[in-house]
Amino acid sequence: MITYNAGNYDVVVIGGGHAGCEAALASARMGCKTLLVTLSMENIALMPCNPSIGGPAKSQLVREIDALGGEMAKNIDKSHIQMRMINTGKGPAVQALRAQADKYEYYREMLKTLLSQENLDVKMAEVERIETVNKRVTGIVTRTGAKFGCKAIVITSGTYLKGRIIIGDLAFDGGPNGQFPAVKLSDSLRDLGLALGRFKTGTPPRIDRKSVDFSKMIEQPGDERPLRFSYISPRVKRPQLSCWLTHSNKRTHQIVMDNLDRSPLFTGLIKGRGPRYCPSFEDKVVRFSDKKSHQIFIEPEGRSTDEMYVQGMNTSLPEDVQLKVLRSIPGLENVRMIRTGYAIEYDYVIPSQLKPTLETKEIENLFTAGQINGTSGYEEAAGQGLIAGINAALKVKEKEPLILKRSEAYIGVMIDDLVTGDIDEPYRLLTSRAEYRLILRQDNADLRLTEIGRKIGLVNDYRWRIFCEKKEILEKEIERLKETTFTPADEEMAEFLTGKDTAPLRDRVSLWEILKRPEIKIKDLVEEGLVDDNDLDILEQLEIQSKYEGYIKKQEEQIKKFEKMENRAIPEDIDYSEVFGLSNEAVQKLNEIRPVSIGQASRISGVNPADINVLLIFLEKKRRK
Amino acid sequence: MLFNDDIAAIATPPGEGGIAIIRLSGSSVIEKVSRIFKPYNPEVDIKNKPGYTMTLGWILDDKGEYIDEVLVSIMRAPKSYTGEDVVEINCHGGILPARKCLEEVLNHGIRLAEPGEFTRRAFLNGRMDMSQVEAVIEIIRAKSEKSMKLALKQLKGEKKEDFNRLEDILTSINAAIEASIDFPDEVDEPDYAGLEENIKIVLDEVNKFIEAARRGEVYREGIKIVISGKPNVGKSSLLNLLLRKDKAIVTDIPGTTRDIVEDYLNINGIPVKIMDTAGIRETDDIVERIGVEKSGQAIKEADLVIFLLDVASGITEEDIRIYQGLNKEKVIVLVNKEDLAEKNISEEEIKKLFGGVRVIRGSVKEKTGLDELISAITEMVLEGKTDYDGEELIFNLRQQKALEKAREHLISVLDSLGQVPLDCTAVDVRGALEALGEITGKNIKEEIINRIFQDFCIGK
Repeated sequence: MITYNAGNYDVVVIGGGHAGCEAALASARMGCKTLLVTLSMENIALMPCNPSIGGPAKSQLVREIDALGGEMAKNIDKSHIQMRMINTGKGPAVQALRAQADKYEYYREMLKTLLSQENLDVKMAEVERIETVNKRVTGIVTRTGAKFGCKAIVITSGTYLKGRIIIGDLAFDGGPNGQFPAVKLSDSLRDLGLALGRFKTGTPPRIDRKSVDFSKMIEQPGDERPLRFSYISPRVKRPQLSCWLTHSNKRTHQIVMDNLDRSPLFTGLIKGRGPRYCPSFEDKVVRFSDKKSHQIFIEPEGRSTDEMYVQGMNTSLPEDVQLKVLRSIPGLENVRMIRTGYAIEYDYVIPSQLKPTLETKEIENLFTAGQINGTSGYEEAAGQGLIAGINAALKVKEKEPLILKRSEAYIGVMIDDLVTGDIDEPYRLLTSRAEYRLILRQDNADLRLTEIGRKIGLVNDYRWRIFCEKKEILEKEIERLKETTFTPADEEMAEFLTGKDTAPLRDRVSLWEILKRPEIKIKDLVEEGLVDDNDLDILEQLEIQSKYEGYIKKQEEQIKKFEKMENRAIPEDIDYSEVFGLSNEAVQKLNEIRPVSIGQASRISGVNPADINVLLIFLEKKRRK
Repeated sequence: MLFNDDIAAIATPPGEGGIAIIRLSGSSVIEKVSRIFKPYNPEVDIKNKPGYTMTLGWILDDKGEYIDEVLVSIMRAPKSYTGEDVVEINCHGGILPARKCLEEVLNHGIRLAEPGEFTRRAFLNGRMDMSQVEAVIEIIRAKSEKSMKLALKQLKGEKKEDFNRLEDILTSINAAIEASIDFPDEVDEPDYAGLEENIKIVLDEVNKFIEAARRGEVYREGIKIVISGKPNVGKSSLLNLLLRKDKAIVTDIPGTTRDIVEDYLNINGIPVKIMDTAGIRETDDIVERIGVEKSGQAIKEADLVIFLLDVASGITEEDIRIYQGLNKEKVIVLVNKEDLAEKNISEEEIKKLFGGVRVIRGSVKEKTGLDELISAITEMVLEGKTDYDGEELIFNLRQQKALEKAREHLISVLDSLGQVPLDCTAVDVRGALEALGEITGKNIKEEIINRIFQDFCIGK
């Protein structure tokens, strides 16, 4: 192939999925001339698996992306068909918003945003090669011979790398959703010296709405109140479409058991490691054989389609068995399958080869983000894409990189887990991975991160104004609530408290303290005229910050301790084999991971507290020289 | 690990010795110690003392009560072992007061030193020459590894299983909470009644470990018993009987014992330091008065007081005055001289005056009631647990603190269960588990996540 010079960019993003869109938009918005290269214009922001965004940990993540000036929250606000707040009874830290998306609308909205973005060009092409000089990227070459020069590259190629689809005993090379796999890019990465691993994931069949009997299912409607992910989306309620719940039964499970000899999971055809949190249906039946039934959710894939997603039925059984399994389920007796479920194996870049900026340690200015880093989930991909895009742009502009701490954001938890740990299954964020869950709430992502977003140049004036106003009102209200006090002699207050079935005052007490009582809600105070009828977000903040003050303070104390170790930086050029007293395993792990701080070093498996002590002494001695 | 904050540790080896030394190092240790130290001479302030000086005085608790009489040595930077300001508190009463003093110090913004930390600071501050560096690092390394492994190695058989079991229960509870939070569609909220029950089981076990740790401490570090009572009630005779030798001067003249007579003995394997106090009474005799003052101090520091009465003389006002100065929870009343014909103490009187206190009748002279006294002592110091099985746990102070932290979190779970949402409950459940993890060194987070996938059918 004869190549031609097709132009120069600051940043090239390879892949137009959830990571790629965020990376490209962030880079362009930060003023870098950016190119997004995608295999197919029809697959921008594609949701090849479940049609939903949000849920525990993920909803926090989406709001963090929003606060930093990312796109995902705004895009799902524009294109959802249902929104629900889940975990509402379990506390503010784990309460989570979840949206069902219209996959097609989600794609169209994102495409519109990309194409109208200043500084951003979108091109359809397959990238075959990354070009480097002295271990530093210089450009890319496409299959059709176009050669683009650039200063930084973000690869967000998802599950396309050497993708292989498996259905029963059928296996063929392919990307998700009937797309072509990216074969040569995988080899190009290997040539650059990156170590690749292989994971497996899967997706359930899709069925035709017209063939489903909903009368045998339980309806799952959206919430009544208008909900939104983005702090700046308008508060409007879009027309809601319901999801439906049905259950598998003994007969279903029998069909699975009878056909295990045809399941690639059990015949050994599938070798990649699958995620435990997203097992195939056949796996669930085998591992939890005492369970008589499993939940199956039937979810619309959009307003303009009759295709529905069979949540819970992720499978790689042969097509005929899939159909038999489906038809044993109440409401699906006559179901017609539109797309067959499949398992997909793909290459991923072992993420311990990355810096916390998501730049590869091996090749300067080469960043990777999303499923290529061994994660799963649209939200996880978008979060990494945003950070990779930001850091690529910062690197081009020769500015300090952005690294979020575990105590600042779920994004920080995720990236730290990726670059520090040994992941042995596709990585998904869980709230239980976060040490400071009570601080990393979805309701305060803007308070945590907007200022950071503004500093790096992703928060526009409109968002900034809204944020500043909110913050100002909030601070004033908190102060006022703390200063407004009542005594047992205040008759109106006494009457109000009696009416709410809570004990009368004994001493002078502030409104802030009164709000802490479980019986008193913020809306009661608003109704009583004690608190201004402010924006819902502000009222929510007042309530959470007052009621959970004790627990929040506990966690803030823990964070102070944690950050002492995080802030103790380790110089990049340290050679661990020269540090006397480290165990051999520690030397090897530390040389491989190259942690940026003592805190990160202490989280590496195989590095024990004694090693950390030795390392601290070494660094301190070095510092004092 | 930090390099500039204030640290403290007991520098003398554990066990009973004449003195124990607490060593402190850091930029503000002198100021911090001065807050809890009251010099004999009110004009003296250790903050103004030059290096290499000693000051006599008392360490006080937060209520201003004396913990121990001590000598405080000051060494100013850079002329000290660590190269920083160093204070050494010489507790003259052995390891137990030293521990109390240490706890007081730790309440004042000074943290417990890590193993080898003084040596490390000495090294960092250039107090050692480079040829010693490698040896020092080896020592530090060995010490930090040892401190982690030590207690667990000592756990054997049933006890180890118990420990694993409670960690297991707690992991399950935590996994159930986390699973319901992270996978709300698939996993229901945990059943609160069951959760409460399980937390109580764990708390019970943790309490047992803490008790065992404390009992272990009793065997390791011993206890102090003071014999108290009015003059000529038979204190010295009791001491002699227990020691089976004539150490105190025994006469019939009240006030013969003018100072504290002390000695060591062994009661059922527990090292005991026993003290006969001067007869406590109003007196003009200056020598005796000092003795009386000292005995007041000894009573305060005692783990147990044997209070003697004379059955012949009846209960006098003096008896009552002395008794009122004692901590009722630490007293055994011994009604002595039961061998005499004249008996002026009735059961009714005893009930009225010493309700709830262990009372033994006997005669030191005839050696009656002695066995009962010994078993009462054993029971009281082991807090009612006489089933000593020879496997008392020896946790170090750090591990004991971790157990106490776990207990604190568990109590907080029980106090708030159902009143706060699950995410708050989770903070304390996780806190308890992390505290135990400090002892076992396990990676709590991975354990919980593994348990979630093992116990619950997750995945849509």
